[in-house]
Amino acid sequence: MPRKILTVDDSRTMRDMVSYTLRGAGFEVLEAEDGVKALGVLANTRVDLIITDINMPNMDGVTLVKRVRAGGSHASTPILILTTESGDDRKASGKAAGATGWIVKPFAPEKLLSVVNKVCPA
Amino acid sequence: MAEPQDIPNSGPDAAAAQARQFISFRVGDDEFAIDIMAVREIKGWTETTVLPNQQDYMLGVLNLRGTIVPIFDLRCRFGLGLTTATRSHVVIIVAIGGRLLGMLVDAVSDILTVNAADIRPVPDVDQPIDNAFLAGIIPVGDSMVVLLSLENLFANHGPANAAIAA
Amino acid sequence: MSTPSFGSDELAQFRRTFFEECTELLADLEERLGALVAYSSDIEGLNAIFRAVHSVKAGAGAFGYTVLVGFAHRFEALLDRLRDGKAELDERTLTALVAAADVFSALVDLARQGETPADDFGADVAEELSALLDGETRLAAAPSAATCVPTQAASEDRTYRIVFRPNAELFRHANEPLYLIRELKTLGSLAIDCDLARLPPFEAFSPEDSYLGWTMTLRSSSSPADIAEVFEFVDDECELVIEDIATAPTEPEVTAPPPLQEVAKAEATDAPSEGKPSEIKTSDTKTTGKTGSISSIRVDLYRVDRLVNMVGELVIAQAMLAQQFIESRKQDDPGALQGFEHLAGLTRELQECVMAIRMQPVKSVFSRMPRLVRDVGHKTGKDVRLEMSGEQTEVDKTVIEELADPLTHMIRNAVDHGIEDAATRLAAGKPAGGVIRLSAQHAGSNILIHVEDDGAGLDRDRLLAKAIDKGIVPASAKLSAEEIDELIFSPGFSTAAAVTDVSGRGVGMDVVRRNVQALGGRVQVMSTPGKGTRFTLVIPLTLAVLDGMVVAVGWEKYILPLTSIVESFRPGRGQIRVVPGGGEVVSIRGEFVRLIHLARVFGVSEAVADPCQGLVVLIELANGSKLGVVVDELIGQQQVVIKSLQDNYDPVPGISGATILGNGRVALIVDIEELTRLYDRSVRIAEATRLPVAANA
Repeated sequence: MPRKILTVDDSRTMRDMVSYTLRGAGFEVLEAEDGVKALGVLANTRVDLIITDINMPNMDGVTLVKRVRAGGSHASTPILILTTESGDDRKASGKAAGATGWIVKPFAPEKLLSVVNKVCPA
Repeated sequence: MAEPQDIPNSGPDAAAAQARQFISFRVGDDEFAIDIMAVREIKGWTETTVLPNQQDYMLGVLNLRGTIVPIFDLRCRFGLGLTTATRSHVVIIVAIGGRLLGMLVDAVSDILTVNAADIRPVPDVDQPIDNAFLAGIIPVGDSMVVLLSLENLFANHGPANAAIAA
Repeated sequence: MSTPSFGSDELAQFRRTFFEECTELLADLEERLGALVAYSSDIEGLNAIFRAVHSVKAGAGAFGYTVLVGFAHRFEALLDRLRDGKAELDERTLTALVAAADVFSALVDLARQGETPADDFGADVAEELSALLDGETRLAAAPSAATCVPTQAASEDRTYRIVFRPNAELFRHANEPLYLIRELKTLGSLAIDCDLARLPPFEAFSPEDSYLGWTMTLRSSSSPADIAEVFEFVDDECELVIEDIATAPTEPEVTAPPPLQEVAKAEATDAPSEGKPSEIKTSDTKTTGKTGSISSIRVDLYRVDRLVNMVGELVIAQAMLAQQFIESRKQDDPGALQGFEHLAGLTRELQECVMAIRMQPVKSVFSRMPRLVRDVGHKTGKDVRLEMSGEQTEVDKTVIEELADPLTHMIRNAVDHGIEDAATRLAAGKPAGGVIRLSAQHAGSNILIHVEDDGAGLDRDRLLAKAIDKGIVPASAKLSAEEIDELIFSPGFSTAAAVTDVSGRGVGMDVVRRNVQALGGRVQVMSTPGKGTRFTLVIPLTLAVLDGMVVAVGWEKYILPLTSIVESFRPGRGQIRVVPGGGEVVSIRGEFVRLIHLARVFGVSEAVADPCQGLVVLIELANGSKLGVVVDELIGQQQVVIKSLQDNYDPVPGISGATILGNGRVALIVDIEELTRLYDRSVRIAEATRLPVAANA
């Protein structure tokens, strides 16, 4: 049974790259383009890991992390935030909201997989 | 069949709160207004297809360029009796919470630009229209225009409620 | 950090997507900026501009467009300060933003054309941005590879002592010490000692807290920074000591936070090195997939939906035209007739092609089930095997999405309630482990899905007792076995003797039936005591079109699904019987079929009241029973494009959807399965108002 990962990013390019890498490694990947849509997906589907961007319309990544951690079926699901090189404080706020870890953009596919394996190994 | 999520909207109204625009229209002898941001289209009345077993103010549905849109009689919604709609009556298509619906009114009057500070609260007096439907009073010259709360007007138009109540 | 080593094909595809996205983002940016210039301060506008720049930057970073990244970085920094209110949006800043947008857009264009911008490209604007950032030029300084972590050339093995003591809150962020320890193990040979000292007495134990600590000895060639990186996500939630005990025994112990922060910073400022070809090399053969031509393209779902809609309208137009032609009685024109037939053929073929675009194998839903079976089996302590077939059967994408809930529910039920526990099974002479079969196949324009278990079958005595208890059927009711089985679809009926945490409470098979009916389908149950239960779902392959019969009732026109219609006829006076209680039946070929007046159910006035003056449409329901629907007249058979009423309104009982007729009017599609229920109620209401008390229902 493949592990299921939800990737949340308003950038199609980023979603594509994340999904492609993860699918290539045998994960099942679901996509959402903002926090609100992500909550919609999570309400219906159980995932093993959430990877979310920070800057998104409608609901940003930090708010999403808070909402997920606030309770419900994914309160203890690992969440990785995708952050850019300038995002030190973003990392901190993501972490404070309850994120499990982070991935720095731009990422090498190997790096993404190693971080994913670190928080959600097979 | 997921409920629509409440989308947190930091919206344009935060910054532009000072001046807002409303569209005003007539039902009977009274002038009403709604936020112009909610209005999608204004069109003349055409016959609707009646939906079975609905509240009397629910007039049925229209085809709006391929989309099925429910139409409501505002006069009847206020409890003031059914409108005998003619071609000169007007349907205002509005978007509320991601859904489109049409309101049958007598005529569209004007576009008002109003400072938020000038909108008065609704006085707590006896009147024919349910207070919950009203969001404020806009003074225009000597008279006044009643600002409507679209959300409250159409919050519970569900036929399910109507059917169960029956 | 390096340029991602995707294969060159993938990279080219991602790059295309990126520039497509850039075009959208830049257009949005332009629009927002225009609004900003016109209406001044608007925080949402600033946010949107920031996001656009940020998104372009992230993508540009991935493809190694360093100059673009550098510029975006300054642009973004200024926007960030503006939206945080740390900088003022004055005339000078606004001018700079507009100029920056131009440079930004030009840089994207250059990147798109594969050209490297000149070193001083947009330098004046970049400087102005920096000046506005209060000389925070260091932000913009393109970080060089030199700021990388100085990697110690550590080829020889060293021995580390690692003390890892997570805080109680560790699990709150879904971090898992076990995974970290496993990762450490990949670095070398690891000896682990677990520290139980903080474990509280049982009554004080909180399952959500972390109490354990570990002292580990690692022999590895990795640097301390590599080891610290393992703990990078938990450094602020633990006590961590990493000591090099073999090669540097006298060095003071390296406590976690300082070096970790350094690592984080070094990594954070490590911008991608300009598209080094050596990094895109095929070092990663596993991600370099196909090298041939592109066999599929990405299409926005919106475009497909539009295409489906347009073809739907075309089908309507074609059907109307054909109808008018036939009515005009010009069939004696062989050329025109042939033309119409050809057009009809082409239209249908076009429609099939378009529908095929949205077809997907049910596999995407089926593949979730093995895990479900395992999980529920585990929770209930049952050994259950899932056998699946027909996963490749294709059905419309929208149908697939709606299948997940009903299937999940039925499979869960099958494991939880269908399959008996091992002891019961063995006692009944069955193997200890249960089997659930899930299959899909096409049947005409429907997909047939079976969910079958080899459990005990439905317990009819208990079903009936419960239904009586809940007032669903009267105590005196004499029901056939099939009718009793049907009871599980009654609203508010839960078959489990006890509410388990697996199947939960409140949601029952009635919801499954509703969901399936919402798809225009039906669900049936067949159960054999001691042998098992089989649910059959019959669902149309697509939600987009329906073969319908247009009927007139008073001034209204309704559409009945053609698949349910057996025949239509005008009954003779002698065929109609009035049954006690006010109902009517029609006798046809020796069978008595209940009559339902559509006009009464839907409250339509000026309709034909006498079935012998109108028409009876004989319909077969999902459960096999028949129904005679009384209408004024038949207008004709037509394929209709289904439109949802529920996009803008709530569900209407008795109506499954709507369509738009050739004249632009909306016509409602009748939900025939709901008709009896609605009719019973309208009759009850009518009787209640006529008679003081209605005795027997």
